[in-house]
Amino acid sequence: MSETLQHIVIVFGILFGLLTLAAGLIWIERRLLALWQNRYGPNRVGPFGIFIVLADMIKIFFKEDWIPPFADKKVFVIAPTIIMLTVLLSWAIVPVAPGVVVLDLHIGILFFLAISSIGIYSTVLAGWASNNKYSLLGGMRMSAQMFSYEVFMGLSLMGVVIMAGSFNLSDIVNAQENMWFVLPQFLGFVIFFIAGLAESHRLPFDMPEAESELIAGFHSEYSGMKFGMFFVGEYVGVTLISAMIVTLFFGGWHGPVLPPFVWFFLKMMFFICLFILLRAALPRPRYDQLLSYGWKILLPLALLNILVTGAIVLAIE
Amino acid sequence: MNNSFPVVQNLKEKFGETKILDQNTRDEFPTIWTPVSHVKEVLRYLKYTVDRPYRMLYDLTAIDERVRYHRHGQPPSEFTVVYHLLSFDRNEDIRVKVPLREDNPSLPSIVDVFPAANWYEREVWDMFGVRFEGHPNLRRILMPTTWKGHPLRKDHPARATEMGPFELPDDKQEHEQKALQFKPEEWGLKKQSEDSDFMFLNIGPQHPGTHGVLRVILQLDGEEIIDAIPDIGFHHRGAEKMAERQTWHTFIPYTDRIDYLGGVMNNFAYVLAVEKLAGIEVPDRVKVIRVMLSELFRIASHLVWYGTFAQDVGQMSPVFYMFTDRERILAVIEAVCGDRMHPNWFRIGGLAQDLPQGWEKLVQDVLDTINKNMSEYHKIAMKNRILKARTVDIGAITLDEAIEWGVTGPMLRACGLEWDFRKKRPYSGYDQFEFDIPTATKGDCYDRAVVRIEEIRQSLRIIEQCMKNMPGGRYKSDHPLTTPPRKEGTMKDIETLITHFLNVSWGPVIPEGEAFFGIEATKGNNGYYLVSDKNTLSYRTRIRAPSFPHMQIIPLMSKGTTVADLLAILGSIDFVLADVDR
Repeated sequence: MSETLQHIVIVFGILFGLLTLAAGLIWIERRLLALWQNRYGPNRVGPFGIFIVLADMIKIFFKEDWIPPFADKKVFVIAPTIIMLTVLLSWAIVPVAPGVVVLDLHIGILFFLAISSIGIYSTVLAGWASNNKYSLLGGMRMSAQMFSYEVFMGLSLMGVVIMAGSFNLSDIVNAQENMWFVLPQFLGFVIFFIAGLAESHRLPFDMPEAESELIAGFHSEYSGMKFGMFFVGEYVGVTLISAMIVTLFFGGWHGPVLPPFVWFFLKMMFFICLFILLRAALPRPRYDQLLSYGWKILLPLALLNILVTGAIVLAIE
Repeated sequence: MNNSFPVVQNLKEKFGETKILDQNTRDEFPTIWTPVSHVKEVLRYLKYTVDRPYRMLYDLTAIDERVRYHRHGQPPSEFTVVYHLLSFDRNEDIRVKVPLREDNPSLPSIVDVFPAANWYEREVWDMFGVRFEGHPNLRRILMPTTWKGHPLRKDHPARATEMGPFELPDDKQEHEQKALQFKPEEWGLKKQSEDSDFMFLNIGPQHPGTHGVLRVILQLDGEEIIDAIPDIGFHHRGAEKMAERQTWHTFIPYTDRIDYLGGVMNNFAYVLAVEKLAGIEVPDRVKVIRVMLSELFRIASHLVWYGTFAQDVGQMSPVFYMFTDRERILAVIEAVCGDRMHPNWFRIGGLAQDLPQGWEKLVQDVLDTINKNMSEYHKIAMKNRILKARTVDIGAITLDEAIEWGVTGPMLRACGLEWDFRKKRPYSGYDQFEFDIPTATKGDCYDRAVVRIEEIRQSLRIIEQCMKNMPGGRYKSDHPLTTPPRKEGTMKDIETLITHFLNVSWGPVIPEGEAFFGIEATKGNNGYYLVSDKNTLSYRTRIRAPSFPHMQIIPLMSKGTTVADLLAILGSIDFVLADVDR
């Protein structure tokens, strides 16, 4: 009984923490961007403007739940729920601290790759169902983008798997007790980081929404809570990729003095801020440039990484 | 006097004395009249055959001559079409005029000689109802297609109060909306190729990447642009018509709003043209202050372009830095002129006011800050590899294409031609300054950026020299047509008092004649062609805006590229929609 209760606490704890964090990211991102862009950002509502999150949420909840008459209604409604579902599901396998994980799967990494691929459907279907030319172009770009990074995203993680000898994330974290995998697997880390940026379609890989070209692209027609789901989905996606990077390459919860959970959180926040910094700094490539970059440079590098890692591991054994 | 122009003699020998008639103008450009039957041959001759040819169609416009009084020495004409050609080899212009009759105002189109004539001829048709036979698609360009009448004709009302109350019943609204719908057949575009259907995408008129109310209709195969059709006129306010009912003096604020990022640059071209008509020489101090303010505005305008250009290729932050710096410049401009974007500060024969006390420190501070920041901006934007990948070899045009299509300013210099009015035809004392004219070679989006950024540095140099060598003296000319006139003498003698009273209440009467003055504005060559009928109002004001021809080459630059590239191209042109539509 107590084990079940403990499990329920973990599930809801992570869910609650995650949603709070995603909402807080709205404020963090706006303040950080403002800091880097010589502006103030939201600083009026509450201490340091942090209640802007509440104000935004109230606004978004009370907006009219509008479905354009020309849209494909069922798909239009389903699309934003997919992204929420998939990113939350993927979070289930991330170990936050020793034993604190929703789903301790043996095939954790495979589960993550599979579920996050389904997330693409959200964008593509939204672009299709909106029945708007800009949205369609956005959806189309997303599917092209997916072709370019899905392949090397999975491959970039195989080096870690080879070294840890397991697909289970808790095992991988434990295997890093003495050395973070970022050192032997630096190439894998870089490739996964780039793929992760593309996965969460944030600048510089925000071609599907590209506000200066496609005016929000796949979610042009969305408003109110449906738009909110894309929005929160994107932020949870950012936390997910950051959490995965920490888990796979930066020793997860391991760290001196502070409790494991705090270490995990700090490391994750570091990468989230890095995501935001990249957004502030980089322009956006064209999507065919991303495609050729992915296939011609990153894919061979990822394969090379596996080859070398495998050879070295075999030689040592 | 015109006999001194060898080119006119040359034309007379070639086409006969009766077919080529001279006209004297205040700007001392060779100006000839030729009948409808010969115009095409004359233009073809000037472009291809004549020694050191006139390769650029610089402007094409018309004049409704029906109520003009002072026309002595000119052949009878009710509508006159005016071609303005430019020769880079000669550094000379020539103006070719064609007289037309009211009952059948038509003449052959010259699109096959000068491709740039396409839009200009549409504009003349739209504004004057002059038909160009053989034009590929002679339709309205600035006014809605449903418009009745031709606005720049003298019998067309100029104010809403002369036109009856405006009504928009449902059926009219529906009719107007239908007229806005794009029909590919009208432009000779196919709806599908052999293996795919094309998508027609409206970019604008409301779109963040078009920097204003511009509509570009794209024919897309996937994301590849097969053809692009710019649709302009959404920002048309009839500035040229307004000029015909404002006094010479009260039109100055309207010029501010043509290229609204260029500020006093617009005043500059206009007052220089009026001063040429009136024969006013301004004191040195006025010249240097005008140059300094213009260069400040050039930097401000280029900074806006710099930031938005980076934004157009997806870089979020630079625009905030550039706008912060622009704000610093605007603060100086505000201290000097009392206004930020629309300073309305130059006057016929002088300036509105002298420089305020302590201006040196303000200007020096801005110079120092921007000098320091420019290298940082270069690092964050221009050296970025993604930005390079997005702009190098994108939207490139050759020098020949640029000349053919009437491209001027930084876009022309990016193609490799060192052509700048400030050097080639120094006005307002530009020959006294040391500065370089940056050029590039490829003529692509990146090269245009390189040229503009170097121009900012050169402008900083000019301003520095203005500061160090600011002459003393008056900020207004003594000429009686200076408006408002100097007030000192008014309480001493009656003549001065009367002139002052008349010039302030009615406005100055500018002597009859015609003059064009072109300056190197922020976006290219900005020029005013003024026709005075010896009145307090201008008889015809033609605004030669640089952005208009630049807009016309969008299809040329964007064919075969993608939607993302189009936005980079639009960003690299640096246009202002008010400058396109006027």
